[in-house]
Amino acid sequence: MSASPIPLPEHSLAELLAGAPAVPEHRPWARHRVDPATWETLGRLLAAGRFDLLGLWGEREAVHVALFEPSTEVLAVASLDCPTGSFPSLGRLHPPAIRLERTIRDLFGLEPSGLEDRRGWLDHGRWPTRRPLANAPPTHYGTPDPYPFLPVEGEGIHEIPVGPIHAGIIEPGHFRFRAQGETVVRLEARLGWVHKGIEKRLEGLPWDEAARIVGRVSGDATVAYQWAFARAVEAATGTEPPERAVWLRALLSELERIAMHLHDVGFVCNDAAFALVHTHTAILREQLLQLAGELFGHRLMMDRIVPGGVVVDLDAAGSNRLRELLRTIGNRFERLVQIYDDTPSLQDRTATTGILAPGLARRFAAGGHVGRASGRDFDSRRDLAYPPYDALRPTIPVRTRGDVDARVWIRIEEIRESLKLVGRILDQLPPGSLSVPVEPRAGEGMGIVESFRGEVLVWLRLDPEGRVLRCHPRDPSWFQWPLLEAAIEANIVADFPLCNKSFDCSYSGVDL
Amino acid sequence: MSRELLLEGLLERPVTIPKPAPSPEALAELARTVDRAALRRLGRSLVIREVDAGSCNGCELEIHALGNAIYDLERFGIRFAASPKHADVLMVTGPVTRNMAAALRRAWECTPDPKWVVAVGDCAAGCGVFAGSYALAGGTGAVAEVVPVHLHIKGCPPSPMILLQGLLALLEGG
Repeated sequence: MSASPIPLPEHSLAELLAGAPAVPEHRPWARHRVDPATWETLGRLLAAGRFDLLGLWGEREAVHVALFEPSTEVLAVASLDCPTGSFPSLGRLHPPAIRLERTIRDLFGLEPSGLEDRRGWLDHGRWPTRRPLANAPPTHYGTPDPYPFLPVEGEGIHEIPVGPIHAGIIEPGHFRFRAQGETVVRLEARLGWVHKGIEKRLEGLPWDEAARIVGRVSGDATVAYQWAFARAVEAATGTEPPERAVWLRALLSELERIAMHLHDVGFVCNDAAFALVHTHTAILREQLLQLAGELFGHRLMMDRIVPGGVVVDLDAAGSNRLRELLRTIGNRFERLVQIYDDTPSLQDRTATTGILAPGLARRFAAGGHVGRASGRDFDSRRDLAYPPYDALRPTIPVRTRGDVDARVWIRIEEIRESLKLVGRILDQLPPGSLSVPVEPRAGEGMGIVESFRGEVLVWLRLDPEGRVLRCHPRDPSWFQWPLLEAAIEANIVADFPLCNKSFDCSYSGVDL
Repeated sequence: MSRELLLEGLLERPVTIPKPAPSPEALAELARTVDRAALRRLGRSLVIREVDAGSCNGCELEIHALGNAIYDLERFGIRFAASPKHADVLMVTGPVTRNMAAALRRAWECTPDPKWVVAVGDCAAGCGVFAGSYALAGGTGAVAEVVPVHLHIKGCPPSPMILLQGLLALLEGG
């Protein structure tokens, strides 16, 4: 006899949360304290595809989930107190939550009850304590934890362990391939190697020091992280940054997007043994970074965005140099695009390789080029329309084939769009001051900014002196890494570097 | 289009910059840390194995840039290898996390003698923004906590020019 399934409620996210008390000092989106039954319902609705999971993080005695309802465009945070040290697992209903829940267990010792996967994620058994963010972290001695990979059965299966140190100049991670002949049957990643203890490190820091750390959660997306952090602090303190600063932030952000997409388009071609495109994209990228270094004082534009505004400006001469360089880059890039499009041996490697099914991209709410190459039409610049994108209204490319080629084309189209956006930003750059003082006050804030990989989310709570009590930066790669494992299935092992580069997930961003 | 691009490459002025002078600070540090005789034996070639032992990926971006046509590291006889077994130099970025310390140590043990370690970035020198965390080797994440270091190239991240000047000091200072 089977129990009849409990029917799913028809309520919208806002209606579901309306009965739960709202936390007064949480901005700009509402945060509600829900009961375990509502938490469970949210999990079932996530599993049913009604909401997108935007983030899931812990603190000493509570867990928080950030949700987005595409049909109503409502974004909200739901929090559950965990007085007994456990919470109903969302991951057992909705797999995208699994690694985030394992992280909460590792860092805070809160148990996601019902979650089948008992293995540590960030904690490899090599830290001096367990549960480093819990109230009384127990000391840890002894050997590292064993890590049994998920079993694979079948004839002639062989195992290929790769990493944590890889063959190239790339971040460390461990990939366990199970292959039948040349064909990948299952890939499982084990990450956490570059865990730096960022969330603990941020506790108690004044916001200016914290900004430098959050700007280095994933150094390749530093502008997006700095901006998301600044937006979170500004939301928490009720600060309105000056208009010129907001437009300069968008300028830096689009330059970062162009530079990183150039890097990745080049590297995908390089991993397909087509060095010509890579050589030329690398020159264009270098020229862009050199000019950024000259105009803004830092090639990667680290520490240029601060809560309250920016610490850089751009005069007419600088603006002209930027326009001139971007015109050259645009022209030269189009010729590289033509080469990419006209080279059958290259297309042979990228087309139909590493297909990510649109259903999976939707289920994981995958952001960035990973989602948009598999039909998920979401970009926080357009869909959350934070300034100045409410005025700029960028065009967002979407493709549905979900292969390496589609992810390359999304990047190509985003480079084109960002080049246009920079031109429009320079045309419309408003006059005025570069920053306003941030008045310290207690509060909670959340900032979401579109990086080249997808949306970066930063949530924080400040004390009355403006110090960080708790801060959680959430990288877009949390919802992309698991999909790489799906995309590589039934491909040959030799195509893994190509697939991996076409995703280009962050290791540091998720290892925290 | 490919042919057009290759032809232009032949006719246009090269984008590659002239060779910079080696960094005096790096020369001074190497004079203290390196056995010159051993380094001289290598002649004019260095093979590097890069190990990210905890970096934010910022240093890696700039190390990558060393290979582009503008800095063109390989013209100096310096190149990156896929295995520590083929390397003379381990180039390590940090902060070295506790989770990566054993892997770094093993990479160092796999590197044949004579070998040198270059610590790249402020974090690898133990003075980056993450220093003080429970998750870092020795609490600071300095590479020297795990393997002996011969040269520090600081910066957050160091630019390709600074990296190149440091590496040239290693190549020429021996």
